[in-house]
Amino acid sequence: MSRSRGATALQMPDAAPLFAALGDATRLRLLGRLSAKGPLSITRLSEGTGVTRQAITRHLHALGRAGLVRHARRGRERVWDLNRERLERAKRYLDQIAAQWDDAAERLKAFVEDQP
Amino acid sequence: MAVKTETPTDTKSTDRIEKRVVLRAPRSRVWRALTNAEEFGTWFRVKLESAFAEGKPVRGRLSIPGYEHLTLEMLVERIDPERYFSYRWHPYAVDPAVDYSSEPTTLVEFTLEETDGGTALTIVESGFDRLPLARRAEAFRMNDNGWAGQIKHLEAYVA
Repeated sequence: MSRSRGATALQMPDAAPLFAALGDATRLRLLGRLSAKGPLSITRLSEGTGVTRQAITRHLHALGRAGLVRHARRGRERVWDLNRERLERAKRYLDQIAAQWDDAAERLKAFVEDQP
Repeated sequence: MAVKTETPTDTKSTDRIEKRVVLRAPRSRVWRALTNAEEFGTWFRVKLESAFAEGKPVRGRLSIPGYEHLTLEMLVERIDPERYFSYRWHPYAVDPAVDYSSEPTTLVEFTLEETDGGTALTIVESGFDRLPLARRAEAFRMNDNGWAGQIKHLEAYVA
């Protein structure tokens, strides 16, 4: 089944890096923290995780490249926060897949009803 | 096409997408539209290269404008005449540079039932929870306390 293509999923190719960025437990925890308490500094994000600041920074940049988080200056420190619009786009993408099945069902309906 | 249709109803969970629609056509007609590869391709918009047979892969180029460069590959699971048809494929397989063959597939199932005035068709695509990214997305949802609703369908198709 190599290189197959789901016709249900053809509308937003840039969602691939988004979902890839989500595919890591540490990154998901970071997003969960930012969701609950963001914006947060790297120091705060590292607390209690058992993960080095350096690793946290690397994960934040991966999330940043996927557009899931962004950083800003707050006084002297750099803080990170969620990019909620990007996550909203991810949700819309999934809604779109369901909608594509709706479309396919409508086309099937028209097909069998018009061509007995 | 100006066809009066009944809105398919949806049932969504993290693992499956479900659609149900009533078609004003005999069950045998709907069955042919689903399981004759040429007819399937007409409404689904794919030019399939061979017939459907249990256990056999079928592939073809999409005929959706703008997506003709993409190839769809389906692995037929079960054909239970005039009642049930199922196949597997890779959802969200949109990057021509990626080999999706090692990733879990989703199962697409069509179930037919006779009903007043026609045929009730249920389409289910399931198995999204087995996708590794989906599992992580589910963990994400568990961690999150604010926008579970916003991200609700993420796990349904990291696909």
